Amino acid sequence: MTSDLDIFVGNTTLIDEEVYQLWLDGYTVSEAVSRRLRGGLLERSGTSVSVLQSDTRDHFRTFQMLERLLHSPPRLCQQLLFQIPPPRQAALIQGYYAFEPALARELLGKKLSKGTKKELDEVSARTGLSLRACRRQFDNFKRVFKAVEELKGPLAELIQQHFLLPPPLARDYAAIVFFANSRFETGKRRLQFLSFGDLAACAQHMMGHWTQGAMTPEAAEPDGDVPRSFLQDLKELKVLVSDKDLLDQHKSLVCSALRGKISVYNEMETNFKVLDPCRSDHWSLGDLRLFLGSYTTAPRALGGFRHQLLWERYMAGISACLLRMYHE
Amino acid sequence: MPGKLKVKIVAGRHLPVMDRASDLTDAFVEVKFGNTTFKTDVYPKSLNPQWNSEWFKFEVDDEELQDEPLQITVLDHDTYSANDAIGKVYIDIDPLLYSEAATVISGWFPIYDTIHGIRGEINVVVKVDLFNDLNRFRQSSCGVKFFCTTSIPKCYRAVIIHGFVEELVVNEDPEYQWIDRIRTPRASNEARQRLISLMSGELQRKIGLKVLEMRGNAVVGYLQCFDLEGESGLVVRAIGTVCTLDKLSNTSAFLPACNSPSKEMKEIPFNEDPNPNTHSSGPSTPLKNQTYSFSPSKSYSRQSSSSDTDLSLTPKTAPSPQGPRIFLFPSSPTLSCDSPHLKKSCLLLSGSALNPLHSSHVSPVVLRKSVSFTEELLLAASGMGSGSAGKEGGPFKTLLRQQTQSALEQREFPFFTLTTFPPGFLVHVGGVVSARSVKLLDRIHNPDEPETRDAWWAEIRQEIKSHAKALGCHAVVGYSESTSICEEVCILSASGTAAVLNPRFLQDGTVEGCLEQRLSWQPGFFSIGSEKGEVDFFPQSQDSSSLLGIEEASPPGCGFCHIPYDELNMPFPAHLTYCYNCRKQKVPDVLFTTIDLPVEAIVIGKGCLIQARLCRLKKKAQAEANATSISNLLPFMEYEVHTQLMNKLKLRGMNALFGLRIQITVGENMLMGLASATGVYLAALPTPGGIQIAGKTPNDGTYEQHISHMQKKINDTIAKNKELYEINPPELPEEIIGSPIPEPRQRSRLLRSQSESSDEVTELDLSHGKKDAFVLEIDDTDAMEDVHSLLTDAPPPSGFYSCNTEIMPGISNWTPEIQMFTAVRVSRLGNINLTNQTLNKNFNDLCENLLKSLYFKLRSMVPCCLCHVNFTVALPEDELVQIAVTAVAITFDKNQTLQANKAPTEKSQQRASTDNEEQLQFPLELCPDPLASQPSLPAKEVLEGATSQTGIPAAQRDRCNSWIELIKLKAQTIRRGSIKTTASLDKTSPLAEGYLRHRSVPSCTNSTVSVVKMTPLSFLPGAKITKYLGIINMFFIRETTSLREEGGVSGFLHAFIAEVFAMVRAHVAALGGNAVVSYIMKQCVFMENPNKNQAQCLINVSGDAVIFVRESELEMLPVQPSTVVSQPTSSGGDVTT
Repeated sequence: MTSDLDIFVGNTTLIDEEVYQLWLDGYTVSEAVSRRLRGGLLERSGTSVSVLQSDTRDHFRTFQMLERLLHSPPRLCQQLLFQIPPPRQAALIQGYYAFEPALARELLGKKLSKGTKKELDEVSARTGLSLRACRRQFDNFKRVFKAVEELKGPLAELIQQHFLLPPPLARDYAAIVFFANSRFETGKRRLQFLSFGDLAACAQHMMGHWTQGAMTPEAAEPDGDVPRSFLQDLKELKVLVSDKDLLDQHKSLVCSALRGKISVYNEMETNFKVLDPCRSDHWSLGDLRLFLGSYTTAPRALGGFRHQLLWERYMAGISACLLRMYHE
Repeated sequence: MPGKLKVKIVAGRHLPVMDRASDLTDAFVEVKFGNTTFKTDVYPKSLNPQWNSEWFKFEVDDEELQDEPLQITVLDHDTYSANDAIGKVYIDIDPLLYSEAATVISGWFPIYDTIHGIRGEINVVVKVDLFNDLNRFRQSSCGVKFFCTTSIPKCYRAVIIHGFVEELVVNEDPEYQWIDRIRTPRASNEARQRLISLMSGELQRKIGLKVLEMRGNAVVGYLQCFDLEGESGLVVRAIGTVCTLDKLSNTSAFLPACNSPSKEMKEIPFNEDPNPNTHSSGPSTPLKNQTYSFSPSKSYSRQSSSSDTDLSLTPKTAPSPQGPRIFLFPSSPTLSCDSPHLKKSCLLLSGSALNPLHSSHVSPVVLRKSVSFTEELLLAASGMGSGSAGKEGGPFKTLLRQQTQSALEQREFPFFTLTTFPPGFLVHVGGVVSARSVKLLDRIHNPDEPETRDAWWAEIRQEIKSHAKALGCHAVVGYSESTSICEEVCILSASGTAAVLNPRFLQDGTVEGCLEQRLSWQPGFFSIGSEKGEVDFFPQSQDSSSLLGIEEASPPGCGFCHIPYDELNMPFPAHLTYCYNCRKQKVPDVLFTTIDLPVEAIVIGKGCLIQARLCRLKKKAQAEANATSISNLLPFMEYEVHTQLMNKLKLRGMNALFGLRIQITVGENMLMGLASATGVYLAALPTPGGIQIAGKTPNDGTYEQHISHMQKKINDTIAKNKELYEINPPELPEEIIGSPIPEPRQRSRLLRSQSESSDEVTELDLSHGKKDAFVLEIDDTDAMEDVHSLLTDAPPPSGFYSCNTEIMPGISNWTPEIQMFTAVRVSRLGNINLTNQTLNKNFNDLCENLLKSLYFKLRSMVPCCLCHVNFTVALPEDELVQIAVTAVAITFDKNQTLQANKAPTEKSQQRASTDNEEQLQFPLELCPDPLASQPSLPAKEVLEGATSQTGIPAAQRDRCNSWIELIKLKAQTIRRGSIKTTASLDKTSPLAEGYLRHRSVPSCTNSTVSVVKMTPLSFLPGAKITKYLGIINMFFIRETTSLREEGGVSGFLHAFIAEVFAMVRAHVAALGGNAVVSYIMKQCVFMENPNKNQAQCLINVSGDAVIFVRESELEMLPVQPSTVVSQPTSSGGDVTT
């Protein structure tokens, strides 16, 4: 005797957190059943495999129906079809929008296009996530990206509003949108050592210091973009590097300011510009912070340097990023 | 033109995209009532239109207001082609037609389409201005209240319970009209939905007219059903109980918080109550002093269970005067001053003026005696009133009979759809009466005069009535009717519980002054201690309190168990003993009823759900041949279902069934029987004997061994069950009870009958050998299978209990956490060589697995009880079985229960409404006798004294009992404080379980959806219903032509049921309510055609929309509760105008 139709509908929608996670992880019903079995559920609850199957199918069906609503979380809160207590709604949303940092790292800076989606099977193989879970997470990135693409205001807050995500998760999404927008090439070999967390923090610093929203709260442009004007202005800063004279002056100012304060002073002089050497020379984080601080403030004493404000804005972002990136 | 209906369309949201090009919709709304239609403007290019329309006003008759639903259609404007319908909303405006219900309907309604389901929501405001109608001959019945709840609704009291009301209306089913061949399925389904909505409005109005005729103002236990007869038409029929209800004033409604069910129920557990012990320890009882004398010459034809004619012989044609039935012994101290009281009682019963003399000289002790005396009389009288009618019994009986007759027998059908009653209403319960009849459907030619259908039902009701009479009962309670249709064959079924009722509750006018208070359905005001209630309640009028002897007559906790029929001429063989509780009256060995467990019943241990399941194959046949074969099968099925129930009951060590519902479903090639009931152990009834297995071939050694093995298994199971359900009845020495009446045969208390069969097959002699063991004879493999199947019912996992009644005895501390659910399963039975055995096994497994999966799904709610578990079986096609279950899971607090059990303070009936001090006073009035009570004693000492004194005379012991009860009462009030705290604790627990990665969860604070609770029960644990907003009665059809795409049959039905819930909730919220009680899914007809990728489903649900307030909130709230209720907020702008 087989059950063709087998459903359970509660006035309050019944949600099993464990099964939800299995569904989010992209398991099929039978895979989920065997996982639940392995978890020893049968022994604990004294039930049968068929009951477990029916239960899992039922939950999966509910989640599939909920998925449509999860695509726009405010609707989940307004809809009348499923009666779900608000804390549970929030948990559902959070679970649905949670992502694997490894996957996000892979996709960071890539265009969220169909082409990228096709590459997901490779990503799936590399990250060990199921393809389904990869797709859901990719689609989430894309959905969030699309939703805020045209909007104005601080990115993280926008995302929080539109997707009712908890602030930390909303900030992560903001970072993803930021990278997708500005197409930083995070895939470079030299940057491989950076985790999603590092890059997300960098994105936040960059947004915090460089974007329009950071300057004027009611900015006209979306937060995800680094304003064109700012990038234009940055060209002006090149003098600090290109002008040999200024560079030397800058260098000596920094050196004198830091003499005696940094344990690795000797190396500093040589490794003036980039991060990598610092690492190989085992700078401490404190040293780096001091160096950057003085590097930022030093130009104030430089004659003939007119872009002090711009420089400091640039350096605030860079310093924060460098400090974050600087780890073992 | 006595009414003006006003409608305003505010806004829409989440509309579907109707224009693929723009991904938007140009929506407008048509508002239709009767033949008038209004339209809103088109709100272009939006999925969230803001119409903010003017008020559309319909000026209509109130008759129309009752019949017609308000139809709101949302459409997409299309310049070039026809406008596309997005979906519809039907709003039943009936709740606006009576003053005490809702005043405005306002909120978001799901827009429903029969093909696409819910497509966005629309915000609507509806109001009605009613003008007074002075027309006497009006056709409307506005103002009559309807309740699905099968008890007197919580915030009302019953002034009079008038009785049965029924009506049916008939129409052609649009699906079977010729036009259906050319129109779309959607149009056809919409026509059907509209028609049924219209028909139920009309039916309700007609019932309302009958109510007004009977001078009632409400219908309680309203049950409306649809019969989809296919070709022959569509029948909408309804039954209910007419009452005159009075709204309890706010103050009284709010005074006792204990009025609420959770409190009611926490008093139920009685398992470890010492009371039965005290009873049993008494050396002698008044019983011994009384002798019943019956004339031996009396002739009484034992009626056969299946024929009307036999039954009709029983009541009034019995021979005349036989002399008094009761011989009084003046020497007995209890009856010392009986005769004057007897006279007074008579006077009073006849409704004449009260006797002041009586009150002036009577002392409580004497009063007590007179009470116990009238009790005997009443019993005699009630027996006489029907089964042994005509046997003369002195002026008193005549008077009583006259009264009873005037109250009941003038009525065509003395039926009551109620399952729970005001205290004192139910005097005795006879047993289950049921009748079935197989009919061939023919086309209903004149829908205005549906005579055949009326006649069919009248026939069945008549049968029920005569069965009740045969049981010595003049009324049927817990009455319900149902049908099962397959092709052109229809089985009509009716069942109920034969009962003797207190006529006081049924009378108009005569005793009203005294009645009003007695009848108020305030649990706080009734108590088992007979004296208590009245003295407590009527301290000022001794007269009335003494008169109330009538309803106080039956001992409270057991009175309803006492047999109403004549014990020497029992309508069926039964095993009678003296009541184990009061030792005064005879009780049967088992009791089957269709009602809920009376609150005053003394129950030992917990109850459990008991089901009997059965399949019978039948040959496919046409018309008459089919009907004949079905009616030939029915008696066998009834018999077997009954045997199964009996066996399973005994296997659980219990002796009574409540809420019994036997459903027989007819399919093309089989019949299915499913009986559900809640088994309990009634303290008043004898301990059930075990089950004894007897083999047919006693000489076979291995066989013997096998038998004894089985016997052992059964005995073990019984022992295990007794432990599981905490059934530890006090051991009673045999002598006290007296030897059983010599009536060795045991048989059903179920009077069966099939109108097209006359069989005596069921009259098997099942009992031989051991006196009270139930003997199962194993004579073939079938019987062996049966025994096996008996043992396959797995007990629910630990922490779970289940019942199909409203309350579960033995569980008291419900938390507010409830989960109502509907589960549906359709299984294919497989078509290879089906035999009855394999079918039975499959069906049994199906039900067991379903239960198992419910327990598994709800495991997070443990400890919990599934209440009101309602199974419905359908046979949609060959080899397909569909089972639908609706129930509510309620979590209870285990620790609290334990405490409650430990405390000897529990008593189901005592819902103290007054404060302690007040209650402390009445024993003083009651027991001036220094022997029995020393009011100065601390309560505890009295209790101990009472229990330890085993040798005290009965009369004194009674008083001691009342003391014990008082103490319990007091302890209860004390305990109440602790309940509250746990309730509030529990409320937080579901929220506490956070999950997933981040703990800091921002809740959807912008949520505009108010929570609506749904429950099949008539109450919400831990809450008080403050207002009934009207009946919810909804009918939906959903179909699909893309079954696979919608997730197959499961996906389709899952979504549909979720949608039905959503629409019910939305309507309740729009009425301003926050819960539906007495929710029931009356129909779920599912059909599929997987080859065509199609499926269709019809669902009919109903319930009562209510406003409830949490008890915890109630305390902080001295004023009107209605202010607390949040009207559903709408983001669409002002809706509260």
